[in-house]
Amino acid sequence: MSIDLNAKSPAGPLAQAWEQYKFDLKLVNPANKRKHTVLIVGSGLAGGSAAATLGELGYNVHCFCYQDSPRRAHSIAAQGGINAAKNYPNDGDSVWRLFYDTVKGGDFRSREANVYRLAQVSVNIIDQCVAQGVPFAREYGGLLANRSFGGAQVSRTFYARGQTGQQLLLGAYSALERQIAAGKVTMHARSEMLDLIVIDGQARGIVTRDMVTGKIETWFGDAVVLGTGGYGNVFYLSTNAKGCNVTAAYRAYKRGAAFANPCFTQIHPTCIPVAGDHQSKLTLMSESLRNDGRVWVPKKSGDHRAPGDIPEAERDYFLERKYPSFGNLAPRDISSRSAKEVCDEGRGVGPGGRGVYLDFAEAIGRLGEDTIRERYGNLFEMYERITDENPYKVPMRIYPAVHYTMGGLWVDYNLMGTIAGLFVIGEANFSDHGANRLGASALMQGLADGYFVLPYTIGNYIATHKLAAVDAAHPAARAVVDQVADRIARLLAVKGTRTVDSFHRELGLLLWENCGMARNAEGLQTALARIPELRAEFWRDVKVLGTGEELNQSLEKAGRVADYMEFAELMCRDALAREESCGGHFRTEYQTADGEAKRDDERFSHVAAWEYTGDETPPVRHIEPLEFENIQLATRSYK
Amino acid sequence: MSTPLGFVRSTVGRKVMMAVTGLMLVGFVAGHATGNLLVFKGPDALNAYGALLKSSAVVLWTVRLVLLTAVGVHIWAALTLIRLNQVSRPVAYAKHVPQASTLAARLMRAGGLLLLAFIVFHLLHLTTGTIHPGYTFSHTDVYSNVVSSFQVPWLALVYIVAMVALLAHLSHGVWSFFQTMGWNHPRFNTARRVFATVVALIVSLGFIAIPSAILGGMLR
Amino acid sequence: MNLTLHVWRQVDAGAPGRLVRYEARDVSPDMSFLEMLDVVNEGLIEKGEDPIAFDHDCREGICGSCGVMINGSAHGPMAGTATCQLHMRSFKDGDKIVIEPWRARAFPVLRDLIVDRSPLDRIIQAGGFVSIATGNAPDAHTILVPKQDAESAMDAAQCIGCGACVAACPNASAMLFTAAKVSHLGLLPQGQPERDRRALGMVTQMDLEGFGGCTNYGECTTACPKEISLETIARMNRDFRVATFRARPESAGAGSS
Repeated sequence: MSIDLNAKSPAGPLAQAWEQYKFDLKLVNPANKRKHTVLIVGSGLAGGSAAATLGELGYNVHCFCYQDSPRRAHSIAAQGGINAAKNYPNDGDSVWRLFYDTVKGGDFRSREANVYRLAQVSVNIIDQCVAQGVPFAREYGGLLANRSFGGAQVSRTFYARGQTGQQLLLGAYSALERQIAAGKVTMHARSEMLDLIVIDGQARGIVTRDMVTGKIETWFGDAVVLGTGGYGNVFYLSTNAKGCNVTAAYRAYKRGAAFANPCFTQIHPTCIPVAGDHQSKLTLMSESLRNDGRVWVPKKSGDHRAPGDIPEAERDYFLERKYPSFGNLAPRDISSRSAKEVCDEGRGVGPGGRGVYLDFAEAIGRLGEDTIRERYGNLFEMYERITDENPYKVPMRIYPAVHYTMGGLWVDYNLMGTIAGLFVIGEANFSDHGANRLGASALMQGLADGYFVLPYTIGNYIATHKLAAVDAAHPAARAVVDQVADRIARLLAVKGTRTVDSFHRELGLLLWENCGMARNAEGLQTALARIPELRAEFWRDVKVLGTGEELNQSLEKAGRVADYMEFAELMCRDALAREESCGGHFRTEYQTADGEAKRDDERFSHVAAWEYTGDETPPVRHIEPLEFENIQLATRSYK
Repeated sequence: MSTPLGFVRSTVGRKVMMAVTGLMLVGFVAGHATGNLLVFKGPDALNAYGALLKSSAVVLWTVRLVLLTAVGVHIWAALTLIRLNQVSRPVAYAKHVPQASTLAARLMRAGGLLLLAFIVFHLLHLTTGTIHPGYTFSHTDVYSNVVSSFQVPWLALVYIVAMVALLAHLSHGVWSFFQTMGWNHPRFNTARRVFATVVALIVSLGFIAIPSAILGGMLR
Repeated sequence: MNLTLHVWRQVDAGAPGRLVRYEARDVSPDMSFLEMLDVVNEGLIEKGEDPIAFDHDCREGICGSCGVMINGSAHGPMAGTATCQLHMRSFKDGDKIVIEPWRARAFPVLRDLIVDRSPLDRIIQAGGFVSIATGNAPDAHTILVPKQDAESAMDAAQCIGCGACVAACPNASAMLFTAAKVSHLGLLPQGQPERDRRALGMVTQMDLEGFGGCTNYGECTTACPKEISLETIARMNRDFRVATFRARPESAGAGSS
């Protein structure tokens, strides 16, 4: 079997490509749109905005989410802001610069045409959100405020206090609720997609489980859209919501959708360190803290003195030392890795030695406590609430944590995967961030896909495909339903001794050690040997109580962890095969003399897209070459 | 949905009706208290005031009708909302600790019912004269009715207790009036609370002064 | 520390429920409240007992999924804090903790501590939006918003829709939730064209859902993890009253929305 990785990127000058492409797309007659059904899984920025927009256009939309309301999707937790090439501050920003920064920030592992389009529509997103009533920060003159974020050299980030994701999501949610009220979108909350129904090579339906009654249901449509987010929770501890999972994407992969660059994960440098074995998730502290905080550890390893007792001369401000021009604002992957290095040297601080200081003493001395309170008051409060330490008096302790996954299902320029009719949007796809995502770009991509890209491209697909009506009686659908039911029955039948969480924690730790911030062939081999064993143990010894016909949170978790057990292997395979360091993927064997990531553009300037071939046979790695016609490949340097 | 009936049916609409009728009743009790204080100027002043109120049957009955309607609407809205609020939580908490509400707010229902009972009693006592323990009721000599009745300790006590209930009812009700009408502004919220408390205190202490003075022998 | 929990257990919406006593041993003060429940659940599963079901997701106080009554107060003893952000250092060794679901006629219990909050979504459907389709928007800078208005709108827009206001209100009223959205959009120029319709529609839906009425207790704002102000309720009362008296019958020629 082979898969088609034709990206369908339009030819010609980038600046006109999307306009021309949109013109060439076939349209669906307005009167016919209501005859076409689109299934959208996920209700975050991508799924929610897509569902609302397709409903507005007149399609018959079904939207699914596992939460009790579409308003709770994890997009809501994004703090910092959303980028857009508005150039309101007149500081030299442009579509081209945002495009350039994104490709470079992604360490040249993303597709030029997609990224350019993203930068182009970024300006429409801000217009749309403002019109919806998103209360962005304003200047006294009533105009929108912008800030510089994540080390960008222009101020292109729009924000709503530290709750930008929340406000953008509530904007999309309100548009979605309007369409629900209008009868154009049917919302299915507390519904989890458990499999994809592919009929004659086309994605035609999904199987869901009603999480209250346990009822297994099938849904059919002309196209299926996955906006199901990232898979960071494979690490157990991450900044993702507890419910975030890879199941929908992974099930699609097993039905024939290629999975691209699964090893590209982003580790965010400023999270609150782990406090103990009970830890269930990690909390992000906004990156903006690095604008005023200085990162340091003691120079001596094993120095357990209180931070205040360590004199200036015995502190190592390692980011400032290694990256004098960017200092504490070095990009996420670089800052995270540096923190790991100093902790590996035994110089980490706090319980367990897995932490570095983020010290505001100097900034407080320079600007006064009031200014710092004004800038970061709510973050300081949150920190104190969680750690019981007052960051105005003692330095914060931070440590990197899994935050975002750049990898995802492979999609072409239309955001369609390798299964016809399966569209993948937002974090669930792989398309725009390459090997590392810039701050404030996730919100941009989710909304770009959902509001401004998918609604065009999906219309073209529907207009150009004549699809026969299918229903639950179709043999292919019945087979999938049987498999889903069987799997649930098997999970319940194990009746072993270990809880789902204990397996998940073990898997997470294994990955964190071997496929985390720094990877090498040896560690990856270890993980690849251990994961199948752990998976076997899971299926032999997991303990899931209750039945499938009731609200059963253990069963929900078990299904997700079972998929992680397989997916983790794919991640490690991908990390092992990519024999270079780029962005968030750092292979210790491939680094420069001074410890920087060493890309190998000769051999690895491509997307790796994995094809599932069966449970007993290894997946096949396919390649989509990346061509850079508009940007010169260069080594990222933040020195 | 924007019909007058819709307004009356809505919880917010009924609260507005309570607020408006409440304001009318506050105006009435304030006027009533002021008039009553004429008792301290002597029998002639009070009796003349009483006669004045009754001088025009049309005015008297118009006022009575308006007040009765206001009381009726106020009570009807209150009772229907209370009923709704009771059924809105069919299973009670095993443990529920109020965090913010004032005692006055929590006593609105009980206090309101107590005041209703008191109003009936009061009308039977000093308007119709049906209740007149130990003295003869006069339709013209208001002063003697008042003084004779409040020399009866339990009767004075009934009035004092009722007026304490009025104090609580008004202190939340007047504050609440502004909230329900939508007049809440951070710059005036302290003033609003003070205003409500002062109005409640003046009115209720004005009333309480009379039985207290009579009971204490200052008026006879 | 060791704690005694009294947790509401109920199999489904139709079944009767009761408080069941559990012992939580060796609880670390650094745990969040939900992590403490996680540990209790692990123990229950190991013993072969059904774990306690509770809603939760982001665990950083923003998604609004979690929320239980803790010793009679919504989201527990700490002001401005959702259950997931409450830490066990707020309790002391030997404490008895009563844990119950949000209780309201409009929020039926689905299982244990999980309730159905879909009425809140339907209230938003009744008008909690600006009717603008994707792609219709003018340039963002054509709409000027005074900074103060943007800040006040944001104060209200912070609502996480957790339902603590309903849970804490002695009348199980959803006024604070509804008012937060009415205020957010009513304070912005974008919200003006539909301001009347919104207030009328959302209040009507709120009543239809079977919530109680507001008696200005102020319990809601105290329980609110985002400390949404009572001022929002006053604003909604005003908008609703004004809208009622300003509304005209829809003219026969006007299309549906």
